[in-house]
Amino acid sequence: MKLKKSTINNIISYGIVIIAFIICQSMISSGSMSRSLRGQMIPICVYIVMAVSLNLVVGISGELSLGHAGFMCVGAFSGIIASAWLTAAFGLENEIVRLILAMIAGGIVAGVFGVLIGIPVLRLRGDYLAIVTLAFGEIIRNVLNCLYFSLDGRKLYVAFNNPAIPGTILVNGPNGAKDVAKISTFPVGFVLILFALFVVLNLVNSRSGRAIMATRDNRIAAEAMGINVTKYKMMAFVTAAVLAGMAGALYGLNFSTITAAKFKFDTSILVLVFVVLGGIGNIWGSIIAAALLTVLPELLRAFADYRMLIYAIVLILVMLATNNPMIRSLFGRLIHRGGPAAQAQKGGAAE
Amino acid sequence: MVSFLRFLINGISLGSVYAIIALGYTMVYGIAKMLNFAHGDVIMVGAYIAFCAISYLSLPPVLAVLCAMAVCTALGVIIEGLAYRPLRQSASLAVLITAIGVSYFLQNTALLIWSSNPKIFPSAFSFGTIKLFDGNLVISSETILTIIANIVIMIALTLFTGRTKMGKAMRAVSEDKGAAELMGINVNRTISLTFAIGSALAAIAGVLLCSAYPTLQPTTGSMPGIKAFTAAVFGGIGSIPGAMIGGLLLGVIEILGKAYISTELGDALVFAVLIVVLLFKPAGLLGKPVREKV
Repeated sequence: MKLKKSTINNIISYGIVIIAFIICQSMISSGSMSRSLRGQMIPICVYIVMAVSLNLVVGISGELSLGHAGFMCVGAFSGIIASAWLTAAFGLENEIVRLILAMIAGGIVAGVFGVLIGIPVLRLRGDYLAIVTLAFGEIIRNVLNCLYFSLDGRKLYVAFNNPAIPGTILVNGPNGAKDVAKISTFPVGFVLILFALFVVLNLVNSRSGRAIMATRDNRIAAEAMGINVTKYKMMAFVTAAVLAGMAGALYGLNFSTITAAKFKFDTSILVLVFVVLGGIGNIWGSIIAAALLTVLPELLRAFADYRMLIYAIVLILVMLATNNPMIRSLFGRLIHRGGPAAQAQKGGAAE
Repeated sequence: MVSFLRFLINGISLGSVYAIIALGYTMVYGIAKMLNFAHGDVIMVGAYIAFCAISYLSLPPVLAVLCAMAVCTALGVIIEGLAYRPLRQSASLAVLITAIGVSYFLQNTALLIWSSNPKIFPSAFSFGTIKLFDGNLVISSETILTIIANIVIMIALTLFTGRTKMGKAMRAVSEDKGAAELMGINVNRTISLTFAIGSALAAIAGVLLCSAYPTLQPTTGSMPGIKAFTAAVFGGIGSIPGAMIGGLLLGVIEILGKAYISTELGDALVFAVLIVVLLFKPAGLLGKPVREKV
């Protein structure tokens, strides 16, 4: 049996991720990784999944979303609630099973939100779409600030703007979730990256993926070919939401306390920065950018107060350099970069 | 009824600030077709400059505002020249990320210079209050000043873009850059001018915002910036009267929502109204619908 080229490429991708994981894991177990870096491993996994999923919306589907952290927020809190509820209601103590179930719960809830938000959002275009996703991200965060969840035996209580509910409080409005069982582990995070890669790479190389990219490149032509534009845009948007929700659950269960303020607009922007710096539409670029930029502030710790300033300057300089026609053509000669996104960008610049 | 009036006036005052910021957003978007995320941070810089001028140099308030305007104008032109101009031919996302980088840069520079401790903005603009309805309705001088400033700026900008040569050049560039260049308009200079005006307005907005809400931090500008951006989209991005109406409506909705529904949900309400409006008018209240040519 002869394998397709895309299948081989995918297998290579998974292989590289697995090797990276083995290296990290052996560094952790041999103790050669610094403590602060070790604490960054799960956030790195989370941000990689966030970046890969956002790339599906921004790069593959071609819609600018500024509210991706909203799905992460939904996923985080549903994951926390699911994890606590599973222990209370079913006496489920196995942490890995609980974490996986919590991640699935986070993914499902975020997916439902993705559908609900996608219906109005995907009717809009361009910057208007961007601002509405931003608006939804902020609404989710604001509403969560007014929600109270508590657990009384097997019963789960929800209250709006009313902290007086029976049982032990899980999520306490603006104070967020407290005493969360920290059950996230790096290996599970790694599996989540593999899962996200599997979903996204398979989607991109499928008939649906090609339909999504056709819609991005030329909406009218795609429509003329009989592609249901809304359906495919929705598919990309909801898939991204589900993955973001799962990443959110992993993130939420990594800290003992978490508030909705963690998932502000800044977080959406941070993930967008990963996607754009890694190369729009380039899944590998997203992974590398997310990993490097999550570690970068740690590496810049020596600069103390100046580190975020340096981060900002690096960001601006990289954008200026990568968009400089001279440097671009130089790179173009060195490496043949003919990805669809690069082509689309060139087309946009020529207009 | 009196309390409703009070909220309404507060809303109009806050909305005026949003409107002034949104004018900067909308003008820059109209001409450079970019979302200038650093605009909110220019507001913050303006407020800090005014704060320093009043507190440390003890300048009179009017001079402090002029000082802030001068610094912000220079800042806007420098940002445009260094960060945005080289990217004028690039994809819009690249410019967006650069703008975000500039925003981080300004915030962190402010953090280094002025530290994260909130500064209390001096009440340099309180000249007393007006009492109506037997003292039930108190309107502060800051509120009145904000509303007057908004009206003056609005009239001045309308006259500027409609009557003067530079203003007409600006509109021409925003309509068609290539054609404007062929007509002998210096596109680069026109765009710089737009940034200069937008940033000067941001300085005024910063001072007005901090007169009403006197805690000043390096992150002060970001939320009003986002809301003003929302206001600009709400009114139809690229349209000057649209920014005005959008800002005012947003301010009123926010204050009334916080007063009558829930303080926590004030912001959510603002964004919800935006979404509803965009669903029925996808180009904003006064935006021109873009026709697609096949």
